[in-house]
Amino acid sequence: MKRIAFRNARLIDPATGLDAKGGLLVENGRIADVGPRLFNDAEPGDPEVIDCRGMILAPGLIDARVFTGEPGAEHRESLESASAAAAAGGVTSMIVMPNTDPVIDEPSLVDFILRRAAATAKVRVLPTAALTKGMAGETMTEIGLLKEAGAVAFTDGDRSVANARVLCRALAYAATFDALVLSHTEDPELVKGASATEGEFATRLGLPAAPAIAEAMMVERDIRLVELTGARLHFAQISTRASLDAIAAAKARRLPVTCGVAAHHLTLNELDVGSYYTFRKVRPPLRSEADRAAMVEGVASGVIDVIVSSHEPQGADTKRQPYASAAAGTVGLETLLPAALTLAHDGAAGLSQILAAMTTAPARIFGLPTGTLAKGAPADLLLLDEGDPFVVEADKLHSRARNTAFEGRKFQGRAHATFVGGQCVYAAR
Amino acid sequence: MTSPDTSPILPSKHLLGIDGLSPIHITALLDLAETYVVQGRAADKKTALLRGRTLINLFFEASTRTQSSFELAGKRLGADVMNMSVKTSSVSKGETLLDTASTLNAMRPDILVVRHQDAGAAELLSRKLDCSVINAGDGAHEHPTQALLDALTIRRHRGSFEGLVVAICGDVLHSRVARSNLRLLSMMGARVRLVAPRTLLPSQADRFGVEIFTDMREGLAGADIVMMLRLQLERMAGAFVPSTREYFRFYGLDRDKLACAKPGALVMHPGPMNRGVEIASDIADDALVSLIAEQVEMGVAIRMAILDALARGIARQQTEARGLA
Repeated sequence: MKRIAFRNARLIDPATGLDAKGGLLVENGRIADVGPRLFNDAEPGDPEVIDCRGMILAPGLIDARVFTGEPGAEHRESLESASAAAAAGGVTSMIVMPNTDPVIDEPSLVDFILRRAAATAKVRVLPTAALTKGMAGETMTEIGLLKEAGAVAFTDGDRSVANARVLCRALAYAATFDALVLSHTEDPELVKGASATEGEFATRLGLPAAPAIAEAMMVERDIRLVELTGARLHFAQISTRASLDAIAAAKARRLPVTCGVAAHHLTLNELDVGSYYTFRKVRPPLRSEADRAAMVEGVASGVIDVIVSSHEPQGADTKRQPYASAAAGTVGLETLLPAALTLAHDGAAGLSQILAAMTTAPARIFGLPTGTLAKGAPADLLLLDEGDPFVVEADKLHSRARNTAFEGRKFQGRAHATFVGGQCVYAAR
Repeated sequence: MTSPDTSPILPSKHLLGIDGLSPIHITALLDLAETYVVQGRAADKKTALLRGRTLINLFFEASTRTQSSFELAGKRLGADVMNMSVKTSSVSKGETLLDTASTLNAMRPDILVVRHQDAGAAELLSRKLDCSVINAGDGAHEHPTQALLDALTIRRHRGSFEGLVVAICGDVLHSRVARSNLRLLSMMGARVRLVAPRTLLPSQADRFGVEIFTDMREGLAGADIVMMLRLQLERMAGAFVPSTREYFRFYGLDRDKLACAKPGALVMHPGPMNRGVEIASDIADDALVSLIAEQVEMGVAIRMAILDALARGIARQQTEARGLA
């Protein structure tokens, strides 16, 4: 029986509200005991003892929106390289999007992801499957079979299902299997060709731009369809106050909707694009400062359930282009936690609340046994050095892709060590 | 020539936009351009100021007047001029902009004039190349040499910009000419108006300190200068306006609408014109009100002035480099 004893930690478990000094015992990859008094008085007699030196011991993070290049674009990012970045970022579970080549729209492809992950990845990989075949937005996929194969949710990734009839039927069918649907919300026609949010800044730079309401329009439409079908819908990443207000109203009416926000939409606004800095070109595009502040407010109020990295690897070939031609996306697995912690440093939200948005909340929405320090749960753990200051340097990232929107940004607090099923998958030097 | 004056007229070795220039730079450039207007009208139009220097015109979008204007300006100053257009280059074979740039860089040009369909392209090149970069139009961002030639034309007729009412009419949304002009004219003290249907006005254009009009007659009332913009005919497919005849009816410049402007108001157009779409033929051809031909002449003069100013900057750098060595 393999045992690891963590002592002298600040235990934070958002699931139970625990925030106290104490210890934690891992047995055979699961949490066997946890509590304020554990190992306080006596040195544990276990073969392996980890002295946390007062650092925070929390559930490992669940990143609910990760794009990798496997299969099809492994030169950009494989499950293995993404998992190395995840481990270094304190992320113990990655929920991966089906936007690969081929698209994950067949049970055998879900199986492929799971087997490749088991063989190569350091952290847990939870595949989502496409909601429509080939993500073409026309025919629904085999939701029942895909769910049996291990898909944790259904989504066309970074595409909105434009056809309301198709989405309506897919939602009704998904509800039959109590399957979770993830929605990307940008009206595809309104945002066609756009690379910025309409407004003074885009006008100044002369960039093709789309109005911010392109997002809320789709959010509002999807909420109507949820009301009609009863399906569980999670808005993968919102970025505007109008979307936030629509979701708050839907939640007040007890509709089964939840939502996420990307770390970069909490910490950057459109002005950070500066003079055509393509590494900050993301989708949806960076918004006004008012919308960024609304996102922070949404996390604080709890209307926003989840914080994600929206990790999207790109190469120099796709990023070093004129702004309108450059690909969108930023890597984020390693900056998710530090970026989210800025909300705590700014006093906008409590530490436990911020961690909940990356542990308890995604575990609840996706139906995962992780994301908690409860006895019996898998020992997916994050040892967090809350005070560690550092500067983001693309060269030092663990992911294969280095297209970070946070290059040069000063952060405070990052993973000191990461454990998956009791195994150490990352330890800071 | 007198001994070379190495004082900088431009604030940097590149000219990427009107943004970054001050009224002092603009006035100095316009003054210098006046001397080239004189030179352009003389029998011997050529000097040796840029002898031995290489100028490359890199055009990713079709252009007749801007490209030929730069070519002529370079040749009149004695530079070697090479034209590269997208159709004959390897860009159409999938080469990225930066690969093209580094290839050109290896040929050691002194000045690169670039036009590209994407905003920020000139700036991107300026960061990767050793030579001076002149923006000859990047997406809907800036077209600084057009704004400067327009300013030169206006100043020759009106003396100064202070209090001048300039109405910029038409497809402002897609226009880099409009953006550079409103930056320059506002900076020099003119009162700029934008006149267009709502579909062709950029978002929050009012933040630029300009007045917005959707009724052309109201927009032209009391205007000293009417600056027309080209309506890209492909905009019809994008559903920005329903038809050319409706556009001409409400936003095309004809005698009737021009009568709303100040008596003696002058008409400008950056070209090429769509006659009967944004401007009536009789106005375009009326030498008493139309400055369109003069704009082309001023284009060569201002570009000579810009090349001259940049060359002085380059000479100064080389002098400093020798001083350090």
